[in-house]
Amino acid sequence: MKPAIPAVVCRDIRKHFGEGDTRIEVLRGVGLEAAAGELTFLLGPSGCGKTTLISVIAGLLDCSSGSVEIFGENTERLAPADRVRFRRANLGFVFQQYNLLPSLSATENAAVPLLAAGVRHREAFERARELLHRLGLGDRLHTPPSQLSGGQQQRVALARALIHGPRLLVCDEPTAAMDHKTGEVVMELLAGAALAPDRGVIVVTHDTRMLHFAHTIARMDDGRIVDLQRGTCF
Amino acid sequence: MNLVAWRMLTHERAKYLGLIFAIAFSTFLLENQTSIFAGILKRTASQILDVTDADVWVMDPATQYFEETKALRDTDLTRVRSVPGLAWAVRLFKGMPVARTEAGRFAQSIVLGLDDATLTGAPRRMVMGSWERLREPDSVVMDRAGYLLLFPGEPLYLGRRLELNDHAVTLVGISEAGAPFASFPVIHARYSVAVDFQGMERSQLSYVIGRPAPGITPEELCAAIQERTGLRARTSQEFAFDCVRYYLKNTGIPVNFGITIGIALVVGTVVAGQTFYLFTIENLRQFGTLKAIGVPNPRLIGMVLLQAFSVGLIGFALGTGMAAAFFDVFQAKTATRGIILMWQSVALTGGCMAFVVVVASLLSLRRVLILEPATVFRS
Repeated sequence: MKPAIPAVVCRDIRKHFGEGDTRIEVLRGVGLEAAAGELTFLLGPSGCGKTTLISVIAGLLDCSSGSVEIFGENTERLAPADRVRFRRANLGFVFQQYNLLPSLSATENAAVPLLAAGVRHREAFERARELLHRLGLGDRLHTPPSQLSGGQQQRVALARALIHGPRLLVCDEPTAAMDHKTGEVVMELLAGAALAPDRGVIVVTHDTRMLHFAHTIARMDDGRIVDLQRGTCF
Repeated sequence: MNLVAWRMLTHERAKYLGLIFAIAFSTFLLENQTSIFAGILKRTASQILDVTDADVWVMDPATQYFEETKALRDTDLTRVRSVPGLAWAVRLFKGMPVARTEAGRFAQSIVLGLDDATLTGAPRRMVMGSWERLREPDSVVMDRAGYLLLFPGEPLYLGRRLELNDHAVTLVGISEAGAPFASFPVIHARYSVAVDFQGMERSQLSYVIGRPAPGITPEELCAAIQERTGLRARTSQEFAFDCVRYYLKNTGIPVNFGITIGIALVVGTVVAGQTFYLFTIENLRQFGTLKAIGVPNPRLIGMVLLQAFSVGLIGFALGTGMAAAFFDVFQAKTATRGIILMWQSVALTGGCMAFVVVVASLLSLRRVLILEPATVFRS
């Protein structure tokens, strides 16, 4: 049974940068609903506004107009400090370049969201170790990112994104820097670990090899959603 | 998150050590120069501070500092002694004859003539001999540094003969007098002997030194002496500061040291500030990631301050250690004796380094605080 509240609802999102002659309309009235318990893929050519849209959804960027609801919470109405708290508690991020902290070990990197939430070091590291074990990195717990392969780094990033139990996972090109086989492994882990009836996943990608993981595909062009396909097999 | 901040700071060893050494060397330079500056100025008052028996100095109203004196009349001693509130007062002569050894070495010297009866005004630290032997005919006590200047490489021993402005004298003691501003030997003799070294002058009385009676402060006594006699009376501390002020006002010493201290401060600020600023800029992506994850700005400010104050504290401690080692070595040398690392210099430098760290932090924090967390999505 599908939950009643969608993971993400975007209503007429508009975003521009600059003013006057330098004004650029990046999002031109985006409407999107990402259901909970599903993987929603955002596809489109470079510069079509995908990254801006997920930045707005994640509360990292203010939209010029429109509204974003994440599990029923209108994040645009939250005060800045509340929005940071909401993001810390409810969102997880996976980046194209992993964005792991090079000075920290795999365990410490995975534990960062817990440390940011004020969880004690010992407990945070214990939970990080457990999660890394489940993601197949039990033998790389103390390894710094520079000594991990791309796939291993992305698994550490995935652990960091999941460790605090976020309801919405925002992934930006999570398999772009990987070969097909490694990308498949990462997407399987993502789908397996992140999907639950009370969770949602949005994936921005150019990687059409991974489309078979998607439940919904939203195609963007020129700042708009131009095509929306729902299904379980692409 | 303090662990994360610390790891970010120490991850790149070269930058981390560069930051620490920039602050350490600035600290060393500042503490070194301010302490030497203060030590040199303190030397201008060494002969005043050596006289621990007396609290009050009486002199001609035109006298500005210890080295230049205008002689008082012999009757001035009696006039001063008549001032109520005075416990006692004695004469003190100061002259600058040329000292010559039997081997022909010579040097300008500072001769202090002590009251014949009481020998009041002598520094109490003796290396060899005793003050009482000054009562022997034509006897003098010389400071150890002066002895080493006139008899280089020779062991200390008493009974040596030397001439002071062609007057033959015998060395009966070696003292540990405070180092004078110029590296002249400091020689003590009885007043009646010392005045003969200077040659014929109508008046020979340089200073009257005294102590107030119980219940009277030195300041009150000085005011009474000035009112009654018209002479200038200063407490030992006031007269010492008069000398320091004279040298500050009439020499290029403060300008020279000021330039060095100023450069150390500016270079320290610029180098440490710029290095720390660049360190933060290079870590902006990491700060952006933390921001995106939900680390609030106050926590990020705490992380940057922790990083800045950690390198500041370590650098300051290293620099202070280097300065302490420097002064430990040079305090043992005759030429630089008495110049020590002053706690005031350490405190002042600590304040300056805190200022450097705060400036560096503020510059860096600005970039962190205005950072758009959305930049983490840009590859």
